[in-house]
Amino acid sequence: MTEGSPLVNIVGNIATIGYGLATLGPGIGIGLLVAKTQESVARQPEVAGQLRINMFIGMALVEALGLIGLVAGLLF
Amino acid sequence: MHIPSIAEFFPPVIAFEGTIFEINRITLVRLVSALAVSLLFWAAARRAQLVPGRAQNVAEMALDFVRVNIAEEVLGERRARPHVPLLTVMFFAIVAMNITGVVPLLNMASTSVVTVPLLLAVVAWIAFVVAGIKAHGAIGFVRASLFPSGVPWPIYIILAPIELISTFILRPATLTVRLMANMLAGHLLLVMFFSMTSYLFVETSGLMKGLGVLTFGAAFAFTLFEIFVAVLQAYIFTLLTAVYISLAQEAH
Repeated sequence: MTEGSPLVNIVGNIATIGYGLATLGPGIGIGLLVAKTQESVARQPEVAGQLRINMFIGMALVEALGLIGLVAGLLF
Repeated sequence: MHIPSIAEFFPPVIAFEGTIFEINRITLVRLVSALAVSLLFWAAARRAQLVPGRAQNVAEMALDFVRVNIAEEVLGERRARPHVPLLTVMFFAIVAMNITGVVPLLNMASTSVVTVPLLLAVVAWIAFVVAGIKAHGAIGFVRASLFPSGVPWPIYIILAPIELISTFILRPATLTVRLMANMLAGHLLLVMFFSMTSYLFVETSGLMKGLGVLTFGAAFAFTLFEIFVAVLQAYIFTLLTAVYISLAQEAH
């Protein structure tokens, strides 16, 4: 059987699609984090400082995966 | 039309080519921002009086921001004292180097090349490791980081490698990449908006010039956003350093 010809010819780096996919999870994660912190501060404003610090700790962990996606896209 | 690319961040060498002291435009901007921030604080602190005048007042407000809102909020008033100088220097160095990305003649944030964020992240890593070793002793610090308490012992087999990578490798790596990627992306977007505006105004005709007004509006709005991001990224970097120091000092 002869080889078929391609339907579409897309040229470029698939790493950009990989990075695009990597942004989905951290985006939702950070959105949830900040939303929950907002709710909690609205309920109990006197602990706002401690809640903000916890939000930043969580943000550092969640954002790590998005940043690894960016670096992996640039490296390969 | 000047299409932005990664080559923006590797401009031609001005002096000392081939050695490790190579100076290009970005190094010059870095030197200018370091000089500017040093001069600002020297001028504000010179002849410091008990009742501050205006310039000293502004400098005190800025320093108090780092001391109260970052160091004391995270570490508590007593534990924060040894670390306030480091956090202050970190915060103002990052603000000064980020803000040059929007200053009109400089137009390049020297934190957008990996050198400066990497150096600052290594300093932060040393800071929290030394703080942990001082609090727990070397073996105790490794044990408290890699084997957190309150976990049944079979889980340590998978938890310890994860904690090892997460604590000692990912923390400085994400600090670096977060700062660098934010500044890099901001610079590329600004260059794209401004070069698109100049292209539409100069080399097209008729209705396309109207599009140039839109892109100029976007460039203006984005410049304001970049100023906000510059201060925010400095705040996040310094706050995370303080948080890592605090986590390293706590007994688990």
